[in-house]
Amino acid sequence: MILLKLFWSFFLVGLFSFGGGYAAMPFIQEQVVELNGWLTMNEFIDIVTISQMTPGPIGINAATFVGMKVSGVLGAVIATVGCVTPSCIIVLGLAYLYYRFREIWVIRGALNGLRPAVVALIASAGLSILLTALFNGQVESWLGISLSQMDIAAAVLFAVGVFVLRKFKVNPIYVMMGTGVAGFIIYRFVIG
Amino acid sequence: MEKKKGFRFYIQLFWSTFTLSAFTFGGGYVIVPLMRKRFVEHYKWIEEKEMLDLVAIAQSAPGVMAVNTSILVGYRMAGFPGAFFTIFGTVLPPLIIIAVISFFYAAFRESPAVSAVLRGMSAGVAAVVADAIIKMGKNIVDEKSVFSTLVMVISFLAVFLFDVDVKIIILICALAGIASMLLRRMKHKNNDAGGKSA
Repeated sequence: MILLKLFWSFFLVGLFSFGGGYAAMPFIQEQVVELNGWLTMNEFIDIVTISQMTPGPIGINAATFVGMKVSGVLGAVIATVGCVTPSCIIVLGLAYLYYRFREIWVIRGALNGLRPAVVALIASAGLSILLTALFNGQVESWLGISLSQMDIAAAVLFAVGVFVLRKFKVNPIYVMMGTGVAGFIIYRFVIG
Repeated sequence: MEKKKGFRFYIQLFWSTFTLSAFTFGGGYVIVPLMRKRFVEHYKWIEEKEMLDLVAIAQSAPGVMAVNTSILVGYRMAGFPGAFFTIFGTVLPPLIIIAVISFFYAAFRESPAVSAVLRGMSAGVAAVVADAIIKMGKNIVDEKSVFSTLVMVISFLAVFLFDVDVKIIILICALAGIASMLLRRMKHKNNDAGGKSA
């Protein structure tokens, strides 16, 4: 019964969270904190923090965390499955339509408009990530920037990362691991 | 899209999405440049334009961006079984990590060593994303289409500076694309008619 409820709650989260990333947050909060009382508000904030610190989308992270708390590993799996089920159905439907109808001019026109927009959306999200990295989460937009607050070490790591990627075309995962190790040394022993 | 592939291919598909997902800090769009790098540049399985189409489709469906995009990549590569393997690969890393962390999350959250590593890594993630954006932006500009470049610049300003809702941007850009295609078709028709009467 509780498993069914978990599945259904996260099914709704998956179904109604448009826009990706933190757009899903208010909806998860409603389901998990307000309607079902599975987490307290503080626990909910903790899961948001953990989501920022670990890989993985917040929807999946919240589903796993709540599922674990409510009924262990099985709960985590059920909640996660619930969260991705609506996507699977809708996305596969759209994929089918895309490969069937992409030669039709209306669809081609719409996709011509969407392609550059998608690059813009990624660029905007990327800049927010950069701001968060350079200012250690202190500034959210260009308006609040003051260069004196900038984390010089992060700026150097970023610049070296971009240089190595563009010049030597290394696997991005090595860049992330490298900056992780550098971060450990710098923030743990040099600065922190 | 149903294609017969060997077992090794499915494992490769699974492993690609698994490793990408394991390193996708920050969620959402971070995985897109990583997938692009793997599937478009490295394996050359998918063309640049098609990849952007898939991202647009993923964006216009509800749910988790990373999951949606990986479903589409899997489906494109090997139909429904392919989608099954990529979903599995994408969901498994956060599932395992959070399940483990949930046992000792208070200690994890307060550990200075963990936060030092993560702080360094966030600069690395920003570098990876920046590299991908430079390439994708260059590809759009290289199309030498005034329309594409304008759409890119205006959408960027709208979402970054003015915080316009993503859904509205998607809708308007799709309509603008249809309108520009319609204009082009009308022009072609007029030219054809002119050619015939001459």
